[in-house]
Amino acid sequence: MLPELGHFALILALLLAGLQAFFGIAGPALRKERWMAATVPAVAGQFVMVLTAVGTLFYAFITYDFSVRYVAENSNSALPLIYRIAGLWGAHEGSLLLWIVLLACWTVAVTLGSSQLPRPFASRVLGVLGVVSFGFLLFTLATSNPFLRLEPPPADGRDLNPLLQDPGLAAHPPVLYTGYVGLAVAFAFACAAMLEGKLDQTWARWTRPWTTAAWAFLTCGITLGAWWSYYTLGWGGYWAWDPVENASFMPWLVATALIHSLAVTDKRGLFKSWTLLLAIIAFSLSLLGTFIVRSGVLVSVHSFAADPSRGKFILTFLGTIIGGAFTLYAWRAPLLKSDAGFELGARESFLLFNNILLVIAAATVLGGTLAPIIADAMHQTALSVGPPYFRPTFLLTIIPLLALAAIGIHANWKRGRLADHRKDVIRTLIVSFICAIAVVVGIYAGHQIMTILGVTLGLWIISSTLVDPLQRWRRGIAIPRHILGMTIAHLGLGVVVFALTTVESFTVERDISLARGESAQVGSYDFRFVGTSEVEGPNYNAVRAEIDVTRGGSHVTTLYPEKREFWVQRQERTVAGIHNRYGSDIFIALGDDLGAGRWSLRAQSRPVIWLVWLGPLLMALGSLIAISDRRYRAARAASAAMAPLPGGASESAR
Amino acid sequence: MALRIPIRVLIPAAVFIVLVAVLAVGIEHSRDVGTIHSPLVGRPGPAWELPTLTDAGRKVGSSQLRGRWYLLNVWATWCFECRAEHDTLLQMQKVSPVPIVGMDWDDDDARALDYISRLGNPYEAIAADRDGHTAVDWGVYGAPETFLVDDQGRIVYKYVGPLTLEVWRTEFVSRLPANPAPSGS
Amino acid sequence: MSASGSRLVRLSAGGCLAAALLLAAAAWSVDPQELPDPAMQARYQHLIHELRCVQCQNESLADSEVNVAGDVRRQVREMMLAGKSDDQIRDYLVARYSEFILFKPKYSWRNAWLWLAPFVLIGIGIAVAARIIRGRAALLATDTEIVDEDSPDAPR
Repeated sequence: MLPELGHFALILALLLAGLQAFFGIAGPALRKERWMAATVPAVAGQFVMVLTAVGTLFYAFITYDFSVRYVAENSNSALPLIYRIAGLWGAHEGSLLLWIVLLACWTVAVTLGSSQLPRPFASRVLGVLGVVSFGFLLFTLATSNPFLRLEPPPADGRDLNPLLQDPGLAAHPPVLYTGYVGLAVAFAFACAAMLEGKLDQTWARWTRPWTTAAWAFLTCGITLGAWWSYYTLGWGGYWAWDPVENASFMPWLVATALIHSLAVTDKRGLFKSWTLLLAIIAFSLSLLGTFIVRSGVLVSVHSFAADPSRGKFILTFLGTIIGGAFTLYAWRAPLLKSDAGFELGARESFLLFNNILLVIAAATVLGGTLAPIIADAMHQTALSVGPPYFRPTFLLTIIPLLALAAIGIHANWKRGRLADHRKDVIRTLIVSFICAIAVVVGIYAGHQIMTILGVTLGLWIISSTLVDPLQRWRRGIAIPRHILGMTIAHLGLGVVVFALTTVESFTVERDISLARGESAQVGSYDFRFVGTSEVEGPNYNAVRAEIDVTRGGSHVTTLYPEKREFWVQRQERTVAGIHNRYGSDIFIALGDDLGAGRWSLRAQSRPVIWLVWLGPLLMALGSLIAISDRRYRAARAASAAMAPLPGGASESAR
Repeated sequence: MALRIPIRVLIPAAVFIVLVAVLAVGIEHSRDVGTIHSPLVGRPGPAWELPTLTDAGRKVGSSQLRGRWYLLNVWATWCFECRAEHDTLLQMQKVSPVPIVGMDWDDDDARALDYISRLGNPYEAIAADRDGHTAVDWGVYGAPETFLVDDQGRIVYKYVGPLTLEVWRTEFVSRLPANPAPSGS
Repeated sequence: MSASGSRLVRLSAGGCLAAALLLAAAAWSVDPQELPDPAMQARYQHLIHELRCVQCQNESLADSEVNVAGDVRRQVREMMLAGKSDDQIRDYLVARYSEFILFKPKYSWRNAWLWLAPFVLIGIGIAVAARIIRGRAALLATDTEIVDEDSPDAPR
């Protein structure tokens, strides 16, 4: 009964999304006040319907309703409650529903937060969001209905994939999807501006907080995914350049370019084309990610069960909506000119390099990810692309970018006045280089050029970022929130660069086989195999090993890696024993019973790994601080005075 | 009035169109994703020789089988899909003009013998590849796999996945010669 | 071949991340011991990270926990101990599993587009940047806007 209610609610949501789209776009176009006003109840109604639908599905999961096929495929009578809840998004249909719920949430947020925007513009934003909602709801109802029933209902469910039975499942998809969906908001703002024919600094200022918030969530989502892989997969890997991982990284790269490009458009009315294109591209890549995961075109551990008909639907949707956006862009292209100027050493210049390099990085990752399909299309034999391709090509683009970031952060707008900052640039570089040598050679006894380069760049970004705030502080000048936020975010970037270089260069990893009582040395730690015991969990049996870790004779910790076998799906999952010591991890995973009491183990020492998680959090935190700045709320006053002329009031006529 | 499309529109649009085309191709080929097309097909199969499962003293291998066409079926007791194809193999054995040689891959002898005695033996001989050397040599990556080998030891065809009678009819029968070989002793 | 084959792969891919398939007999999820020579061990580690696991196709041979990965890794070790070079080992595996087993696409004319693309794009990027900056620098003469509010010297 309830699942049918949920199904019906989705159908209503589809209709309401359609109305939202129609009123939102046709209202301002035909100047009908009442139609524009009607978008708000449509949004509210869609929100309620979507919540109802997901509520009934949650209920089905929690009450073990195996007559619902999706619940039977992803749950089990022995599944703990948290995984009955989080398992809702453990497979294709449910994750789509999550997408839809989050889109409804963002739409409501935009509705509430757009009270100061002119009504026609706000309607258009909601209208475009309505189009996106409509597409996803249609896709769900047509190909991926989570409310299908099984007749007769099975006695028990097939259980959630054991690999997903982990707290990471509760966190990673919702946060990541919030980021993905948030890019739809940036896209909607871009389309609304193009529909209106008004693209100016005011528009940029309205768009910035929403886009930055989406970027922050995407950053956190990706980081959560990396962290989850790290501790759950048994070999400490956190990034594999898997197609689906790339599918989240590409929009992130482009969104990073977008938030910086928006800054230029906001400040100087420049880069309008770039900003619009980046907004369209970021959302396209977000949709592309959805496509890749569900269509079966690429091999990926993250793929949901593939179905070509789903792939065709998403591709058609992607083609239509992005094709529409490009058409709008082509139509409005003549409006995007401006007369502002800047010199080579200006901040605008550096941000232009930023845009270009990030787009190239994203394009390279895209090329590598789709290479197998492209090779197939060109009738070549199997082409295979993995980390040995992505790593060097990505570094090729990102290293110049990081260096430019460290320099460009000093540059002023319009007339860069870099000569004034020359001392700062050189001093920070020298200090960073010296510290890098101290760390790399002194602490880790390393000598590779790439390592020194990476650590130098990380430290250079950190020190460069601190120059301006420290100067302000010393002179007693207040640091506005947007500067504080930017500083923290860039510090986060420097921390990530430093941390990744260190982890990749100085991780020690060994496969060892030990019998009871034996020990082996990995890095500066000694691992002694004490023994194993059998344990039983709520829905699994496990072998738990006890490992004593010592360093230079003194006891550091005892680790308990496990190998779990889940009753229902009969799959095994390794749970590593991890110990954090001053930001570095000692990591041990259980391998196999080699017989006669011997076991194989994989032991790792991972220095400063916690900075790899902390850096992105700083980036996200900084960006959120930045958008809490007063000036974004002051946009209210500015917009009220804005007259909707073609080309906008603050743009000079051509 | 001629339509002059600026570069800033043309390039992103062109990239987009190419991308959609590539993805459409991807969908067409998606059924094939993950299947490795063995480069060994059409070439001589690597020489192999393994002890048999049932008779400890006896060996089976490419030299013993030379001069005859045969099917090499790679299976294991831990392989879920192999159980599904076992019935098909039993039926195939009755109609096939060529013998089926089994290769028990990375398996436990006792379990394998139990499996065969319980479910039936469609094989002329069962090679025990206990450590997987031969499997790697033949490019096996996921059981069950079935090779069709001709009398010169050349791999004519390889099928990855559980056999069905339909697959037998459509893929294998058409590739069999008119006169496979005198049956071995 | 294709339909069932890829279904099989997808079924195994579903089970892949979670170590061995059910009832795995002799599963090598972790190599039982290292090579005697540290330099060879390092070379071995490097090589198996560049090879794809043929069953769990998104993992490297180094990281995969399934039977066949262990078997292929053992093959690599044996060939290394027998004195074969990295290229010979790669050729052996490619002859049996196709280029799909390589994570690093071969440097060949066919793959030129893949390896050259980043350089070409950067070249285009530099050209585009140069053109835009030159244009904007020329506009400085006529641009009278004051934009220095973010610098420490600016009036608040």
